[in-house]
Amino acid sequence: MRRAYFKNNWIAALVVAPQLLIIFVFFYWPSSQALYWAFTLEQPWGGGNEWVWFENFAYLLSDDRYWQSVRVSTVYALATTALAMGMALILALFADRQLRGYKSFRIGLIWPYAVAAPAIGLAFRFIFNPSAGVASYLNYAFPDFWDPIMNGSHAMTMVIIAGAWKQVSYSFIFFLAGLQSIPRSLTEAAAMDGARPMRRMMDIQLPLLTPTFFFLLVINITDSFTDSFGIVDTMTSGGPARATNLMVYKIYEDGFRGLDYSGAAAQSIILMILVISLTFIQFRYVERRVHYT
Amino acid sequence: MADISIRDVRKSYGKDEVIHGVNLDIQTGEFVVILGPSGCGKSTLLRMIAGLEDITSGEITIAEKVVNHLEPRERGCAMVFQNYALYPHMTVADNIGYALKVAGMPTAERIEKVKQVASSVGLTEFLDRRPGVLSGGQRQRVAMARAIIREPEVFLFDEPLSNLDAKLRVQMRHEIRRIHNRVKATSVFVTHDQHEGMTLADRMVIMNKGTIDQVGTPEEVYNAPATTYVAGFIGSPAMNFLPGRVLASHAAVVLEEGSSLPIPSQAAQTMDGKLVQIGARPEALSLCRPGSGTLTATFEFYEELGSEGLHHLKIEDVQFSVLSENKMRLDEGTQIGVTIPQEALHIFDADTGRRIEISDPIHAIETA
Ligand SMILES: Nc1ncnc2c1ncn2[C@@H]1O[C@H](COP(=O)(O)OP(=O)(O)O)[C@@H](O)[C@H]1O
Ligand SMILES: [Mg+2]
Repeated sequence: MRRAYFKNNWIAALVVAPQLLIIFVFFYWPSSQALYWAFTLEQPWGGGNEWVWFENFAYLLSDDRYWQSVRVSTVYALATTALAMGMALILALFADRQLRGYKSFRIGLIWPYAVAAPAIGLAFRFIFNPSAGVASYLNYAFPDFWDPIMNGSHAMTMVIIAGAWKQVSYSFIFFLAGLQSIPRSLTEAAAMDGARPMRRMMDIQLPLLTPTFFFLLVINITDSFTDSFGIVDTMTSGGPARATNLMVYKIYEDGFRGLDYSGAAAQSIILMILVISLTFIQFRYVERRVHYT
Repeated sequence: MADISIRDVRKSYGKDEVIHGVNLDIQTGEFVVILGPSGCGKSTLLRMIAGLEDITSGEITIAEKVVNHLEPRERGCAMVFQNYALYPHMTVADNIGYALKVAGMPTAERIEKVKQVASSVGLTEFLDRRPGVLSGGQRQRVAMARAIIREPEVFLFDEPLSNLDAKLRVQMRHEIRRIHNRVKATSVFVTHDQHEGMTLADRMVIMNKGTIDQVGTPEEVYNAPATTYVAGFIGSPAMNFLPGRVLASHAAVVLEEGSSLPIPSQAAQTMDGKLVQIGARPEALSLCRPGSGTLTATFEFYEELGSEGLHHLKIEDVQFSVLSENKMRLDEGTQIGVTIPQEALHIFDADTGRRIEISDPIHAIETA
């Protein structure tokens, strides 16, 4: 690794200062505020915050609504991850079988990742609108087939599809890169050994994608916990009857609608710990997994 | 049983044709080496036999059956790849036994067979390891075992030894020949290394930019190269070439600098005035006093090769070398004579590069 040396330390300080400032303003300061709020309770009639230790957390953990939110978040995270990675893998396997010009549609497929979540939410809200959208044709043919406004599982399905659509592209790129890095001679050797394409995929390609698979698993789960706000906000606002009240959305609801800063802060600390531990698993175990040479 | 016949086979990638109509017949049980420099289309030809590459036009038959549109698995060939192409996530045993597993052989029988083949190539202790921890030579053996275990009709090798160090390469070369003598499968071996080719081959195929220049036994290819290309490619140090013109009046080829190399007058009559390239192998020449030999050259430098010495000379502007037991040291720029025996002469058409047979070479040696 190359290092740059500066004669005067203050030049170095000057160069990194803007970055440090941004990190401080947008990360450390809000985080420390959240920490402070999570351990304190605002007095009902003003007069400063009272230090309450773990009372906010204890309250949360005994709150059924909180556990309900954890439950739907977990369902959302697992389903989104499975759907996104499954689709991505299938697309990548097709792309890897040397469709001409795959480089151009690789760019096409990364775009969804660059689209802001609320925009995706709006687009899918139209697609899945039971009375006006594409789904209305389904309802016309089979009355009451699709009603995400009243039916919780329909709403959840809708949010999961939108979330997976957003995430599929990222996984696709990694799966495709993983497949392309498998030497062609390996699948050729398997072909000489008598294996048909499906067999080669099961015996050679998929096992060699294992490191990529675990990497994407962690990334996708983390993403679906933290990056689902825009989709929920535009599509369901957490409803109906909290069926899609994911953890990130509940933090926003409790904090900004319910004005319960302390409860929201405690929830965001828990979510942060969750994400940090996923990242830790990622670094500690997944990155260190055997890479075949 | 498994002779291979290649009929006017061509291969194009897009608009670029890289194999220009190749014809070749390989007998059952024969060991054929395809030799040529990198990029001349050896691998492409081999991969078309294997079924890994489409045949643009022409026909390949294996055991009397046209295989153009058959999948690799339907052709009965086993292939050893240049980089071995071992499955990195499988143990050595699983690598070797993969083809049998795919073919649906019962596990117990398969394990037995794997053990047997592994011991025949000295891999018994490594069966549980992954290829990643093996040395180059061991990986090479795994690749061989993986091919042997299928008892194929045809063995294809794509430069299987080029990733090994010199000593191991020789060792594995012998190993491959031993295995061939044992299993007697038809073998096609691609290499760019002439020593490898000469020592392994029953017959050699010399390729040049997508065409075959010559097919013959190693002796034929060495003694009577069909083109200047083959002549320059086979033999080390490389053959010397000098431009000249046939003059019937001299019954000789007259070189640019004036000296003349006698050839049979019959031959000189028929090609009077023809521009030719004279070829002479360094090992067929000897040094002598200036003026007394066939021609005179300027000494450049000397290379000691142990049993022999290699003198690098210059005739006009043409590089020339003489390999002999004469280890005489000279000063740069010294004039020195070179003797070229008539039977050592190879004559090639200067325009086409094709060999011109001046007389039966064996007869020539007898009369010399
Ligand atoms: N997949 C390919 N696409 C385009 N050109 C190729 C491809 N494979 C080989 N070639 C070209 O075909 C020629 C012969 O290649 P190859 O058979 O690999 O040569 P060799 O094995 O003798 O070194 C080369 O000029 C190479 O660039
Ligand atoms: Mg090659």
